[in-house]
Order: sequence, then C-alpha cells, then structure tokens
Amino acid sequence: MKCRRCREQAVIDVRRHNAAFCGPCFLHHCREQVRRAIDDFEMIRPGERVLVAVSGGKDSLGLWDLLRELGYDADGLYVGLGIGDYSDTSGRHAREFAHERGMKLIEVDLPTDHGFDIPDGSRAAHRAPCSACGLSKRHVFNETALAHGYDVLATGHNLDDEAAVLFGNVLHWETGYLGRQHPVLPATPGFARKVKPLIRLGERELAAYCVLRGIDYVVEECPMATGNRHLGYKEALNAIEERSPGTKASFLFGFLERGHHRFAGDAVDEREALRACSRCGAPTPGDARGGDALCAFCRLRARATGSGHR
Amino acid sequence: MKVVLRNPRRELELPAPRTVEALLRELGVVPESVLVIRNDTLVTRDERLDDEDVVEIRPVVSGGAT
Repeated sequence: MKCRRCREQAVIDVRRHNAAFCGPCFLHHCREQVRRAIDDFEMIRPGERVLVAVSGGKDSLGLWDLLRELGYDADGLYVGLGIGDYSDTSGRHAREFAHERGMKLIEVDLPTDHGFDIPDGSRAAHRAPCSACGLSKRHVFNETALAHGYDVLATGHNLDDEAAVLFGNVLHWETGYLGRQHPVLPATPGFARKVKPLIRLGERELAAYCVLRGIDYVVEECPMATGNRHLGYKEALNAIEERSPGTKASFLFGFLERGHHRFAGDAVDEREALRACSRCGAPTPGDARGGDALCAFCRLRARATGSGHR
Repeated sequence: MKVVLRNPRRELELPAPRTVEALLRELGVVPESVLVIRNDTLVTRDERLDDEDVVEIRPVVSGGAT
C-alpha cells in the first residue's frame, strides 16, 4: 500500500478513511484528528492548563504526547490502583514517559492516600473491579484537577471506547448515561470540565502512534478487566467494523449529532438533584433514604477500609 | 518465520511466504484488533512476510468500562 498523502510506502492502513499512511503522514493525521476534535467540540481554550489522566497505556500516554505536540500546557496525573504487578508496571511506564520528556506528573496512590486497593476494595464493597476502579479514578481525577487549579481534565477515551460505551448504553437504554455521553462535560460546581480529545482516533491508531513515536507503553491488559462486558462490546463492534469499515465512527458521531440532545434532559435532571458529600464535599445524589449524603467514592472507601459507613 | 503473540506472550514458527492478511486469517485474529510489527516496523495487511522475519502481533483492544 502507498501513503495517501505522499505516495511513499505505507506502514498503517485506516480502513474507515479508506486510506493508508507512511509514518510521518500518519503522525500528521493523528495530530489533525485531535486538533479537529478539540476545535469542533470547543474542548480547550488557548492558554488553559490541562491535566491529563495517564495510566501508562497507549491511549493516555499518546494523548499527553499529542497535546504537548499541539502546544498545550499539559501535565499528567497517575493514580496507583494497587493491582499488583500490573500497577507496578503501569506506574513505571508513566513515570519514565514523564521523566524522559521533563514533564510534570502528579501521583495519587489509592493504598497510600486512601487506605485501600482495587482488588480488596471491590470485594469488600461487592462491586465489580472495573466498576470500583472507574468510580475511584473519576473521583480522584476530578478532586485533583480542582485541588491543583487545572482548567480542564483530559482523558484518553478513544473512538473505540466511546462506541463501546454507547453500544452498552443503548442495549440497556441507560438514558441518564446517554445524556451524559459527550466528548465535553462542562465545568459545574464541584466538577472540573472533562474532555476526550481522542474521540476521532481508534485504539489501533493510538497503538500505532505510540510505536511510531517511540512511546514505551504497557501492552499487557489489566488482569481484572479480562472478560468484562465492555471488552465483549468492543469485540462485537470490531467484528462488524471488519465487514463494514466506518461503522463505529458512524454509530458514535451519528449519536452525537442526531441522538444525544434527545437524552440530555435526563442528565441535567440528575445533576440538579446533587448535594455535597458530607465527608469530602464532592457533588453526589447521596442516600435516597435520607441518611448521610456520602458520595459513592466515600461509601466505597468506608466499606473497603471498614471505617463504619455502609 | 517467527510469530510473537501477546497476552500471554508466546512464540510460533510458521511457514512463509504469506501476506499479513493471510497470517491473521489463519490465526483467527480480527485485523482491526491488532498491529502487526515486522522486525520492529509496522506493516500493512498486504505486505508479504518471509522466512527470516520476526513478526509481532500486538493486541490493541484494552480497557475497563470506565
């Protein structure tokens, strides 16, 4: 295959664009896709400080690199989850990436700073590990972005992630989640603005970007995620994509253009009913039975550490 | 050629020549879910692989439901 832009030997094909690219032109393609996502959805304004949530994987390290390449003032945040060797390896990749480039990495460690890890915490709270992990990361990301005065929090959710989440939300008609599924969640009291600049790039493109940029990321999958429902949705969508290139992008961007606004009211209603967590102050729907308004993270931490709250 | 698979890591010796696409089909791997790296360089699915090549098939699908 030849590169679509320069006709040199291609190294990667992107079938949904009916295109292949050589290395330099592919890096240009990735930067343009991120620039376009940021512009189209008005994610980051000039001069704003960005905190990038990094896991040591291809998406988040690729995002951090892309934002810096595009000239943004972006620091990193790594959250240690206490998932044995996997967390040790992930943390090492994140630290080495930051160190080699002289970039600032903030670290929060769940076991050290909050007294529990994901394996024990999810068992104690009777939550699926990915649920406890996602909840903890969202809480720490938001708390850290606000505490350090960042204007915007960027996560490495890519086209495949968002298409799979949309697929799951549609299969179960989660209307509140559908109303919140958007590449930009604006800042509101207690919440930092959250953006997903990789929405126009698939995870295969992110992996290729990292290989071509010499970014050493953790290739191993999280042992706790193996076989989860989200990965099943991705597998199903990839099987469809193989037969019909462009389906994932059409599904996601069709929803954002023509479907999202129909569900936005459900998300607004949920947000208006929030009050402050009695322990950490984060916005929360609280306890419907009228007890202490503990946020989901503080409830998880209380159960995981046996500190009294149920 | 030597074929390196990941998660878990393992190695296979397979006969060549054949294209990347044919190799993935034989292994039952969906091309959208992997990168193919020959001797440390990315290759497209129409590339021909030869006996002396070391080929890594690197999965790209990741993530919990967060």
